[in-house]
Amino acid sequence: MQQAAETFSVSVWRGAEDGRFQHYEVPRLPSQTVLDVVTFIQRKLDATLAYRFACRVGMCGSCAMSVNGVARWTCRTHVDKVIGAGDALELAPLRNLPIVKDLVCDMRPFFEKWTRARGYFQPTATRNDPLARISPDSRQRRRAEAGIECIGCGVCYSSCDVVTWRAEYLGPAALNRAWTLVNDPRDGGQAERLRAVAGDSGCHACHTHLSCTERCPKGIAPTASIAGLKRATALAALKGAL
Amino acid sequence: MNARLEARLWVAQRISAMALGLFVLIHLATIVYAMRGGLSAAEVLSRTRGNAPLAAFYALFVVSVSVHAPIGLRAILDEWFALRGRLVDWLLLVAGLALAAWGLRAVAAVFAG
Repeated sequence: MQQAAETFSVSVWRGAEDGRFQHYEVPRLPSQTVLDVVTFIQRKLDATLAYRFACRVGMCGSCAMSVNGVARWTCRTHVDKVIGAGDALELAPLRNLPIVKDLVCDMRPFFEKWTRARGYFQPTATRNDPLARISPDSRQRRRAEAGIECIGCGVCYSSCDVVTWRAEYLGPAALNRAWTLVNDPRDGGQAERLRAVAGDSGCHACHTHLSCTERCPKGIAPTASIAGLKRATALAALKGAL
Repeated sequence: MNARLEARLWVAQRISAMALGLFVLIHLATIVYAMRGGLSAAEVLSRTRGNAPLAAFYALFVVSVSVHAPIGLRAILDEWFALRGRLVDWLLLVAGLALAAWGLRAVAAVFAG
């Protein structure tokens, strides 16, 4: 078994909204991820610590937390990447979401906004119709492609200052999902979707800070999707279709 | 929230911003160019009076400001002070019309005759 040569200081948020940071000393290991640190604390130091994870390989998006003030997937973040020698680690639940306990936040407001943005496919064909033919090179398909890999981890939502200022703002993830559907020619809910994403709680509230685009672990640019929605809603409004 | 109104205000804001960007540059360049040797009020008026193209330029400038400023103010009132709704919109419309009236009055004073 590998012997840990040194330890480092980790502050972890404990409790709900009125909680506080608790301090732990954790052995520093090579190739250690932030999720390894949280797991070590929970298994060896304090079994009452609550946190979420599932896949551990950057597929599920459930382990997102605030690491030294920046929202990240903890499973794909090496400790070495975020702190230098002698530095401390601070772990908190995702910003902009209600805290359930410790590092676990309530994702309901996040996903309710996906529903409000009509971020779901509304089919127009039946099982008896032939399959739709969408060229991979078509403009719409390429636009959808750019945003389709979102796994709903909430990192962008947690990084967005507009969400902090304006609780009803739909946020980057929901608007990005709506944009992929706006570019889906098979979808039958276009007019309602544009109405849902327009306005001061929708795409027009975005200040183009680009925090979502900077922080997205999948390299998606929700800012570009939101700009697309601004164009689409502007065109619809000028045509009187909004 | 009225989606159509918001989207149209956004378009108006962007188009007026593009116009203002260009207008401000032309305005500043003109001032710098015209002021090189010093210029009295009488000299300015002698050049502007009856100048229809410049009058049209500044009239458009005023209209762009009157469109742009109230929409921007609306966003600030909403985001910083949580002031929103019909009353705020009506007051901002009055503010926009007042800007247009005063601005066009100034344009008339400088260019008419």
